[in-house]
Amino acid sequence: MLRVSKSAALLQKQSPALRRSLATVADSPVRHYGGLKDQDRIFTNAYCRHDHGLKGALTRGDWHRTKDILLKGDSWIIQTIKDSGLRGRGGAGFPSGLKWSFMNKPGWEKDKRPRYLVVNADEGEPGTCKDREIIRGDPHKLVEGCLVAGRGMNASAAYIYIRGEFVQEANHLQQAITEAYRTGFLGKNACGSGYSFDVYLHRGAGAYICGEETALIESLEGKQGKPRLKPPFPADVGLFGCPTTVANVETVAVAPTICRRGAAWFAGFGRERNQGTKLFCISGHVNNPCVVEEEMSIPLKELIERHCGGVRGGWDNLLGIIPGGSSVPVLPIDKCSEVLMDYDSLKDAQSGLGTGAVIVMDKSTDIVAAIARFSSFYKHESCGQCTPCREGTTWMMNMMNRMAEGRAHRREIDMLLELTKQVEGRTICALGDAAAWPIQGLMRHFRPEVEARIDAYRAANGGVLFGGRLKSEVDQTLPIPDNLGANLIEPGDRI
Amino acid sequence: MLRLVSRPTSTGRLGKVACYGSSPRGNVRFCVGLVWLLKGWRKIGHRSISSTSARQQDITLTVDGKEVTVPQGSALIQACEAAGSVVPRFCYHDRLVRRRLLDCFMCLVEVERSPKPVASCAMPAMPGSKVFTNTPLVHEAREGVMEFLLANHPLDCPICDQGGECDLQDQSMRYGSDRTRFHEITGKRAVENKDLGTSRVEELGTTGRGNDMQIGMYVEKTMDSELSGNIIDLCPVGALTSKPYAFHARPWELKNTESIDVLDAVGSNIRVDSRGVQVMRIQPRTNDDVNEEWISDKTRYAYDGLKFQRLTTPLIKEGDRFVPATWEEALQRIADGLTASGAKDDEIQAVAGHLADTESLVALKDFVNRLGSDNLTIDQVNGNAPPPHGVDVRSNYLFNATIPGVESADVILLVGTNPRHEAAVLNSRIRKSWLHTGLEVGLIGEPADTTYGYDYLGADTKALADLVAGKGAFAEKFKAAKRPLLIVGSGLSEHPDSAAAYNALAKFAEKHKNTLITPEWNGFSVLHRIASRPATYDIGFVPSKRATTTKPKFIYLLNADEVDPKSIPRDAFVVYQGHHGDLGASLADVCLPAAAYTEKSVTWVNTEGRSQLGCAAVPPLGASREDWKIIRALSEIVGTPLPYDDVLSLRDRMWEISPTLVRYDMTERTSVDVALAGLKTLAAATAGAKVSGEAFQKPITNFYQTDPISRASVTMAQCTRAFVKGDKEEFGRGHSSETTSYA
Repeated sequence: MLRVSKSAALLQKQSPALRRSLATVADSPVRHYGGLKDQDRIFTNAYCRHDHGLKGALTRGDWHRTKDILLKGDSWIIQTIKDSGLRGRGGAGFPSGLKWSFMNKPGWEKDKRPRYLVVNADEGEPGTCKDREIIRGDPHKLVEGCLVAGRGMNASAAYIYIRGEFVQEANHLQQAITEAYRTGFLGKNACGSGYSFDVYLHRGAGAYICGEETALIESLEGKQGKPRLKPPFPADVGLFGCPTTVANVETVAVAPTICRRGAAWFAGFGRERNQGTKLFCISGHVNNPCVVEEEMSIPLKELIERHCGGVRGGWDNLLGIIPGGSSVPVLPIDKCSEVLMDYDSLKDAQSGLGTGAVIVMDKSTDIVAAIARFSSFYKHESCGQCTPCREGTTWMMNMMNRMAEGRAHRREIDMLLELTKQVEGRTICALGDAAAWPIQGLMRHFRPEVEARIDAYRAANGGVLFGGRLKSEVDQTLPIPDNLGANLIEPGDRI
Repeated sequence: MLRLVSRPTSTGRLGKVACYGSSPRGNVRFCVGLVWLLKGWRKIGHRSISSTSARQQDITLTVDGKEVTVPQGSALIQACEAAGSVVPRFCYHDRLVRRRLLDCFMCLVEVERSPKPVASCAMPAMPGSKVFTNTPLVHEAREGVMEFLLANHPLDCPICDQGGECDLQDQSMRYGSDRTRFHEITGKRAVENKDLGTSRVEELGTTGRGNDMQIGMYVEKTMDSELSGNIIDLCPVGALTSKPYAFHARPWELKNTESIDVLDAVGSNIRVDSRGVQVMRIQPRTNDDVNEEWISDKTRYAYDGLKFQRLTTPLIKEGDRFVPATWEEALQRIADGLTASGAKDDEIQAVAGHLADTESLVALKDFVNRLGSDNLTIDQVNGNAPPPHGVDVRSNYLFNATIPGVESADVILLVGTNPRHEAAVLNSRIRKSWLHTGLEVGLIGEPADTTYGYDYLGADTKALADLVAGKGAFAEKFKAAKRPLLIVGSGLSEHPDSAAAYNALAKFAEKHKNTLITPEWNGFSVLHRIASRPATYDIGFVPSKRATTTKPKFIYLLNADEVDPKSIPRDAFVVYQGHHGDLGASLADVCLPAAAYTEKSVTWVNTEGRSQLGCAAVPPLGASREDWKIIRALSEIVGTPLPYDDVLSLRDRMWEISPTLVRYDMTERTSVDVALAGLKTLAAATAGAKVSGEAFQKPITNFYQTDPISRASVTMAQCTRAFVKGDKEEFGRGHSSETTSYA
């Protein structure tokens, strides 16, 4: 499947003259992705080994002829982003150029409302720590990105909503903003381009849901961070009722470099529709956890072997990998060996790229407990607005906690799956989906593990009723209805 | 697409009026007020900075195969309703600005080319889309939501107060499973009791997150609003229930009677729920031209006053105490008293009280007139003088703009009134308009918390005179207004400077007649606060000039409980007819027990001049009788029998006096010429009036106790203690036994 799509993609690239004829029976060359060269890296100070201030940023090429980029105008910037194939780095992977272009609908000049770019730096997804590195080491890339992206969508100001826990990062970013104002890069007549632009930093208060774009807008407005229903989309009615685009830190921060080095350069990395470079955050049971900028479509295995020193105890010791942060389903080892780190390949593997947060788990991991922990997380972070999510996350957490222990009935696995389907797609934002998917992934690939645990618990403690009550705890003298699975015959029972 | 929040129009629910295919014009007037709200478009309480944009296009879409046309900006759920497809919902409410409180996701429907089911209450209807409300996907989705909703439901329906009228109950019959899958050992979630008191909705909100979220006041306190009771009707389930009604009756035992409220002059449409001879509760009834579907807390909760302090038998004063008597004895005593007092002509005085119905007023006027008297007094300060505005031209004393018309005004000037207390439901319309449009409000009179911002212009006649002279910024605003509205309080005619004030107002109206009085709009509006007053003026129940100075010898108090005892001469023979042993009864020589408003089917005229027919929900208490019958019987005994023997012939007499009295449920507009002539007469009649310079006073200091019924009500007494006297602590704490003990 994968191979077919890859070669099909390559075929499209070939010019008509190179089309395979009867005479040539050569395989089309297979392109390997990965191994990004140092000169192609965008975030050259991601590890904060150099000066994060303006002086250091200038030596790394930030703010270099920003004025010229701005003077090329909004449509040039958006077309460049479109050509570069940049997709949103926040998780959903929506084409950025297209999204930004929604701000410049025909006749937008007549709309007298101010227009905003909101940068989502509320990086709260478990396993993800890429925006943090950007803000800490390369804050000027983000500030410059705000200006360039803001020019592209004709915004008058950018709000950067930074996670409350990021103290040092907020300091670095504020320093960068102050420096940029002081040098005239921001404010009235930014960079001498005649374009006025302001950047504000806003610190969040520690809610995961405020990373959802409409909840983030609500939170910025000073309300409870509860997602709004779309439509109206933020590009029509967003922050303070004005046209707004919410973009991830990484998406915004790469924009100036793309404009400077050209769309073709950026589009040269990765597979078709998944172009560019990307920060991957690899955590968990690898020898050398790290955040690394790599080419998109790098094979997952290569990413781990090349940059992280491999899985602890060797590749064969791998149990599973969550390739995109806590919201995406887990992949078992066989899938991990062949999957490419990009949006489409991971989608084909029934998972997702998400934020590029690779969570590696070796065989020592209690995978059920790990997913149960995710369920607790989503229960804790559900805003409580939509019924399915509010009730569903609690219910799923309770069931997962029991499954981790084994204190459940085998039939409850299917019930749990059904429950996840009742939550998925029935909520305003994607938190309901995000809570459902890890459980679905677990049951898809590790169902035998769950069943074994249930059986073991049953063997040790006797029958378990639906809901987790032990059969031995039930007062048999009471007329309990026999619909709680107490008397069902299970494999291994002596009849 | 821009989110268009259709302003909750007063004129009708969208769902009811949308029409099929070919005749979309009917909808146009319903979407006049489509506004998009910029700042805080979902939140009640913050005034939006946007302006209105009247969008009048209609769109057509298909719901379950039926084509339906709705105004642009309506929600999908409204389109579904218009097509006759019922969509279950909990959190959605037509008339709320945000429309949805939380997101119940019960209203999921399937839309063609949408991968997942769509919450129809939040999704704007899009032209040409195909919607399905009855597919397997929809059912499965709704059943899933219902399962989640019921997961933490306590299953207390048999003892829940909402049982029998609970949306959750009804919908679980359709979408609920007959067995649960929720068996978690962790148990169900529950919330402690909260006391919200008797709507400014921004007070209610959620704290906490997710499944641990709680709904309540942000700070533990009691809700302070005259409309707070309406949240009970808004709550689809038993989470918010009425405390006075709690655990007293089940909905299926109650007889529902559609009637009219008389505790203010709005004429709110109510439903009186009674069991046997007791009124168990009062709920609003939808009438978009009057109260939409809201009622004030006084209307809702004062009904327990109908049980206390009632007059149940005729009483005759012997020495210093009342002795029960038969009707014959009482009426004979009155006839004797009339003869003995030697009262003739204008010495016979009739006083029309606050809760007097139109029929009895007509009968009393005829009766007194037949006795040769013109001494027809109104139960208010200066009530024995002809009112400054006269009663010859209707538009001089009525709320000509009509209640829904308030919402189309762009500048409102309040003179000597606080609508929040004098007409709470109407005040909510001003607030609604103020929140969503660029409405400007000015106030002359005693400053008050009106729930919306206003320009304060002064407290007395001088401020009014300045305004007429065009001084100040507000005068400019009023001048520039397209639809100005002048709301004159009923308290103004009780003021010493009333003539001068009306003179100024007449001049002011004359000055702005191009915008104030047009064929479509009459912005000169008098806001009454007393249910009987418009009818009193309509039938000409006012004294002649000569009668004003006459000292009465025989006084007939019809529901008059606000009289000044000092105004009653010592030697006068006093009759009180009414339903409560209040002030009036204590002054009387003979008390005649009459029916309260829930016990008689009579005509009420509200402040707009809209006559509405109330309906008897319970029989009159004890020996009490309907008011007009008492007067009719007395006239027989006194020897001047009135010519009507039944209520129909009495209404014929009313028709003779003024046809509007019996043209029910409608308001009649006064023509521009007549209205202007009326103002001219008013200006001429009040010319040269003296000015004392006294500040205008709010006529109502205690919203919760304005009449004998609310003064007898325990609930209203508690509200008074909590909100008027500011004794909130006690209400918040020592509540439960008190509120439930009296019934």
